[in-house]
Amino acid sequence: MAGAGHESVTIPVDFHTGKSILRRFPAFRMGPERGGTPDRRGKPESGEKSVKLTGAEIIVQTLRELNVRHMFGYPGGVVLTLYDEIMKCPDIQHFLVRHEQGALHAADGYARVTGEVGVALVTSGPGATNAVTGLATAHMDSIPVVCLSGQVPSNLIGNDAFQEADTVGLTRSCTKHNYLVKDVNQLARVLREAFYIARTGRPGPVLVDIPKDVLALKADWENLGGRVDIPSYKPTIAGHTGQIRKAVKLLQKAQRPMIYSGGGAVLGNAAPELTQLTRALNAPITNTLMGLGAYPAQDRQFLGMLGMHGTYEANMAVTHCDVLLAVGARFDDRVTGKIEEFAPEAQIIHIDVDPTSISKNVKVHVPIVGDVKHVLARMNELVMEAPFRKHQADLAPWWVRIEEWRQKDCLHYDQDDETILPQYVIHTLYKLSRGELIVATDVGQHQMWAAQFYGFDRPRRWLTSGGLGTMGYGLPAALGALVAKPDQKVVLISGDASIQMKIQELGTAMQYRLPVKIIILNNGYLGMVRQWQELFYGRRYAASDMSATPDFQKLAEAYGAKGLLAEKPSQVEGVLQEMLDHDGTVIAEFRIRREYNVYPMVPAGAAMKNMILI
Amino acid sequence: MRHVLSVQVENEPGVLSRVVGLFSARGFNIESLAVAPVGDGTKSSITMVTIGEEEIIEQIVKQLNKLIRPGRVVDLTEGPHVERELMLVKVAAQQEVRAEVLRIADIFRSRVIDATPVSFIVEVTGSSDKLDACLALLTPLGVVEMVRTGKVAISRGDKRT
Repeated sequence: MAGAGHESVTIPVDFHTGKSILRRFPAFRMGPERGGTPDRRGKPESGEKSVKLTGAEIIVQTLRELNVRHMFGYPGGVVLTLYDEIMKCPDIQHFLVRHEQGALHAADGYARVTGEVGVALVTSGPGATNAVTGLATAHMDSIPVVCLSGQVPSNLIGNDAFQEADTVGLTRSCTKHNYLVKDVNQLARVLREAFYIARTGRPGPVLVDIPKDVLALKADWENLGGRVDIPSYKPTIAGHTGQIRKAVKLLQKAQRPMIYSGGGAVLGNAAPELTQLTRALNAPITNTLMGLGAYPAQDRQFLGMLGMHGTYEANMAVTHCDVLLAVGARFDDRVTGKIEEFAPEAQIIHIDVDPTSISKNVKVHVPIVGDVKHVLARMNELVMEAPFRKHQADLAPWWVRIEEWRQKDCLHYDQDDETILPQYVIHTLYKLSRGELIVATDVGQHQMWAAQFYGFDRPRRWLTSGGLGTMGYGLPAALGALVAKPDQKVVLISGDASIQMKIQELGTAMQYRLPVKIIILNNGYLGMVRQWQELFYGRRYAASDMSATPDFQKLAEAYGAKGLLAEKPSQVEGVLQEMLDHDGTVIAEFRIRREYNVYPMVPAGAAMKNMILI
Repeated sequence: MRHVLSVQVENEPGVLSRVVGLFSARGFNIESLAVAPVGDGTKSSITMVTIGEEEIIEQIVKQLNKLIRPGRVVDLTEGPHVERELMLVKVAAQQEVRAEVLRIADIFRSRVIDATPVSFIVEVTGSSDKLDACLALLTPLGVVEMVRTGKVAISRGDKRT
């Protein structure tokens, strides 16, 4: 069972000289302070006179100007000039992933835990096409990522050159914006704009495609401190005062208010304001999958997640509320179910920075376009005023009904002595870690169990591909989180199918000593696919049986990581504790009941009130 | 319902595909599209005709506004405006039919811009309905080919669209 910990990892040596190459990798050199703040000396100060630099130098200097300290990437022919420059720059640590999709997910995970822009660098052609899934994942979840991609030399564009792809064309619909920079004089401006667009308004990924020749051409560069001016791009920050007043008035009169908050509350760093408002209103609150952590899960007013695998109390409260306050959420079909029966009795207030989210799926009565933090702070001011308090409706009868729904205990499970149940693993992990972990997931049943059973009390500790549902997201995202937060424990909860989509990133974890803890809930199936087949396709398990999974312990050991296995419920706690206590990379496999479903469940397209409980 | 949208964009590579790509990606309809540089050439004007329920049109306008580069998006259908379209019709016309083609061209205040012993090209401008009516009369006389620009439109009065 015991595998090699990272203590016994072979130190990488230079293939030619036989000398240790640790010196070259700041990640190794810095030991326990992995990813710490690099030396900022020698950084050009804003306002310094302009200098003539090559395109590659301009990129590196502009990244330094924008305080980029870490990036994830994979080299190739057309970006070697840039890699050469990055290697010379001690301020920027580059992490070599094993596949470009991993670079984007790592940058995405980095962005989710920090709120800063994650940066990825890929080569042309296959580098860029491999990045597409990562970009689309970040796009669907509104994650600020900037991807630099190499392009064939300008004079070869359109000639079907070696490793050429129409990257801007390919990524147009899965980025917030993208650029092809053919003029080196525009390079610095475009980079500053890319970062600005990625992190402002509704965040999202931005791709900058740079032909090889542009990296070598020279242009004037000066440090502008990240300043940009984009006349056609001005996100709305402050919400409309009249609308905010109208919303507060509605909430005051509401007898059955309900708050539904999504990823926007996390991305907008609005958790404190949201918590304050919820408490002031004494209203029940539910979070979407993306919004977990924006409100403390342990709090009495929190009803759990809503939607397809949400709790009974959350879905019933949404169905029966008379005023629904939606905060940074987008009424996704996995949340609303049958749209005509979503919150049918409610006046809906919707706060979102993106006007296209408002009234896209569900007709909204009081739209408020603006930054959620800003709008909620304004609402809090109004709610705290004495007249609001005096005239607020009595919510006691509403809470009585909610407590009745809560009595159903819809997440109840019975762990026997024979077969491990997935809920038990995650519940135990939660108890052992007191909810203090950063948790990444892949996609499927394990993701839903993690969302249901690992309660987050703080935002930016939950990394999951909510919108696109990208299997393989978790491992590289967890690595990105570890680079950003080297002093925190990061656990990946995955399944036997998902983990195999990006298992190669274990190499990255080992190379940079990123001590990710990987939990594999192994049922030998594409679990969620099998669940749907069981429920809706007459138990015909077409192409969902994956019983030929690798020996995950040996796999861990092959990479130089530690491998653990639990086959009986009695082993679960011990294995989890050993995993958490080990200071290197670990895979802990849990053989769980093979045919076992995530409940509660609302079948796709059904109304929220028609939940299958168990 | 049919809506005429006017979109002012920076004249940069790829802007048109961004606008058009948005329509195909989200399943919106484009009935016609007319694009040309305006002013000093740094901007282009796109006039597009689209069909949809009010909520769809609202989404389209919001989504267009969300694109980073396009500047102004105006739904001209919301106010008084004028629309024009141009059509070129090639009619194979010999002998007695030739006079009839000219007569129809005259009725629609259109011009003949090319004539050979066996054909005419008629240029018609006006509302799309007028073009349809003209075409309906010319078709039985022997229309060989026809091209239309799609609508361009501008708001009435002294204010900018």
